Amino acid sequence: KKTKEAVEFGLLFRGRKVDEELFEELEERLIRADIGVKLTVKIVEELRKEAIRRNIKQAEELKDLLKGMLISYIKDCKGEIKQKDELVVYLFLGVNGSGKTTTIGKLAYRFVKEGKKTLLCAADTFRAAAIEQLEVWAQRSGADIVKKQEGSDPAAVVYEGLQKAVSEGYQRVLIDTAGRLHTKEPLIKELRKIKQTILRFVSEEDVETLLVLDATIGQNSISQAKVFKEAVDISGIILTKLDGTSKGGTVVPICQELKIPIKLLGLGEGLEDLQPFEPEAFVEELLS
Amino acid sequence: MLELLTEKFSKSLLRLRDSRKVTEKVVNDVLRDIRAALLEADVDYQVVKSFLKRVRDRVLSEDLKKSLSPADSIVFTVYEELTKILGQQKEDLKKGVVLFVGLQGTGKTTTIGKLAHMLKAQNYNVTVSSTDVRRPAAMLQLQRLSEKVGVPYYSFEEGLSAVDIAKKAVERYKKEGMDFLLLDTAGRLHVDEELMEELKQIKEAVKPSEILYVADAMQGQEALNVARTFHEALGLTGVILTKMDGDARGGLALSVREALGVPIKFIGVGEKIEDLEPFYPDRIAQRILGLGDIQSLVEKV
Ligand SMILES: Nc1nc2c(ncn2[C@@H]2O[C@H](COP(=O)(O)OP(=O)(O)OP(=O)(O)O)[C@@H](O)[C@H]2O)c(=O)[nH]1
Ligand SMILES: Nc1nc2c(ncn2[C@@H]2O[C@H](COP(=O)(O)OP(=O)(O)OP(=O)(O)O)[C@@H](O)[C@H]2O)c(=O)[nH]1
Ligand SMILES: [Mg+2]
Ligand SMILES: [Mg+2]
Repeated sequence: KKTKEAVEFGLLFRGRKVDEELFEELEERLIRADIGVKLTVKIVEELRKEAIRRNIKQAEELKDLLKGMLISYIKDCKGEIKQKDELVVYLFLGVNGSGKTTTIGKLAYRFVKEGKKTLLCAADTFRAAAIEQLEVWAQRSGADIVKKQEGSDPAAVVYEGLQKAVSEGYQRVLIDTAGRLHTKEPLIKELRKIKQTILRFVSEEDVETLLVLDATIGQNSISQAKVFKEAVDISGIILTKLDGTSKGGTVVPICQELKIPIKLLGLGEGLEDLQPFEPEAFVEELLS
Repeated sequence: MLELLTEKFSKSLLRLRDSRKVTEKVVNDVLRDIRAALLEADVDYQVVKSFLKRVRDRVLSEDLKKSLSPADSIVFTVYEELTKILGQQKEDLKKGVVLFVGLQGTGKTTTIGKLAHMLKAQNYNVTVSSTDVRRPAAMLQLQRLSEKVGVPYYSFEEGLSAVDIAKKAVERYKKEGMDFLLLDTAGRLHVDEELMEELKQIKEAVKPSEILYVADAMQGQEALNVARTFHEALGLTGVILTKMDGDARGGLALSVREALGVPIKFIGVGEKIEDLEPFYPDRIAQRILGLGDIQSLVEKV
């Protein structure tokens, strides 16, 4: 898939002159990739200027320029999941249906395979059958799970989970939370409470607060990232559903404005469908 | 809901009203603002293009309402075109088997719970069932919701395929003489050929009265392509936009009717069982324009 689309990206430029039409097509392509109007206009303006300044006539040359530009926007956002031998707590949060629970399953599977003692914590006590969904992922990945009844206080589940983790020497705790829109203040407060509960057991540097973003979502992702970052100090982003046709271009303005590291990409519903974020490959896909 | 569009639209339309004379430059400025606002709201690129062309053509051809000032007349034209692309009238549901389809995590299962609640309150006999054999605990999720609403959930022995479940559910629904069977399906990618084929087979087996496409209102620029693929495969009869309780920008709301001719029937405005509303295009258009007095313009015309 990757190579074929890289070729398509080339096609937009192949054998073409640098003219207004090309810039317009570029604009459409960038907007369609969910990069957003503001950044797109800025990028196209910059390309225009560069084309004049360097007297570029052939589109092929512009292609490299554009690629370089996009890569420079996101390369500092390449991040990796925190790893060490001792206990690390991973708090998953995000809007409804973005892929939190599924991603926990995948990451837990990876930790278990690495031989880490791994515990899942079912702190989505709200959505119907959310606990049972996580239980299936615990079985699939071979991780243990801490749960309470539906409707319990999520912070209480977290408390119980971390108590168990500390006393039984777990190395990885992955906390599932209910999906919540960033616009809902009471739900954001609840997240803060969960975070504070975690910090009673481990220090901030041993917590990964991971925002799960759905690549099919458009410019709304930017406000999600802003609000969640403000509320609970996000340490990384996981971008899911990249196996569809959406490119997840919103992470470009997010990287630029908010500088939150992107730590993993989700490319499917299976246990192994988790990949690292590679800025160059990401840009290839973005423009395809 | 849609605050962003509202903010941008009303700012630019207010400026229009403040300008002394409606020159071509003023019109162009306003249209440029509107274009940026629509694109930032994830409205499909091509839909934005054709929408603006229509507004511009009408405004410049001076198809303006004599009863209004030039500025108001432009506002009114935008309002009319906006209502047009949103679809003119709210539409009801046909009794029968209602099939729910869409991408992963858009809100299908939750919406079935809500719709069952709504239809039950209207005194229909409603039942629900799920063909989602893929997502962990998906069936249990719908079963829990049905218990909360107080409608029967049809379950069958384990190990059946999605298509077989669909067939059995319809048989039972007919036998029991229910008004509606709301049938859940697993979320799937529009490019997943195998799973799209499964949907076609389910459709063939259950002969639905409605095929409702459930879409997340926050979706980006691919939204329309995805909807189109589902529509081409299945022939959608309606769209439900979920998660409108946040600051969704309404991109698909403004694109889907225009581009596919499929009406939006409901919007989801929360996670609770009551959080489903019929879709009223004119109200949404008025809300987007953010001008409280649109109604008075409508009356003047
Ligand atoms: N195609 C695809 N589907 C995914 C991916 N990640 C998750 N999903 C699917 O998206 C749907 C929602 O995933 P969940 O993990 O339940 O999402 P969530 O964020 O936990 O949802 P809530 O808890 O309801 O807020 C499920 O059908 C998943 O199988 C991905 O990377 N690709
Ligand atoms: N805020 C809000 N959340 C919603 C709305 N509709 C659904 N949700 C939430 O969105 C998430 C996904 O909903 P589901 O009903 O599981 O979605 P689905 O389409 O059945 O997902 P799959 O079966 O995995 O494809 C859940 O957390 C729901 O509570 C809505 O209108 N507003
Ligand atoms: Mg979940
Ligand atoms: Mg479902």
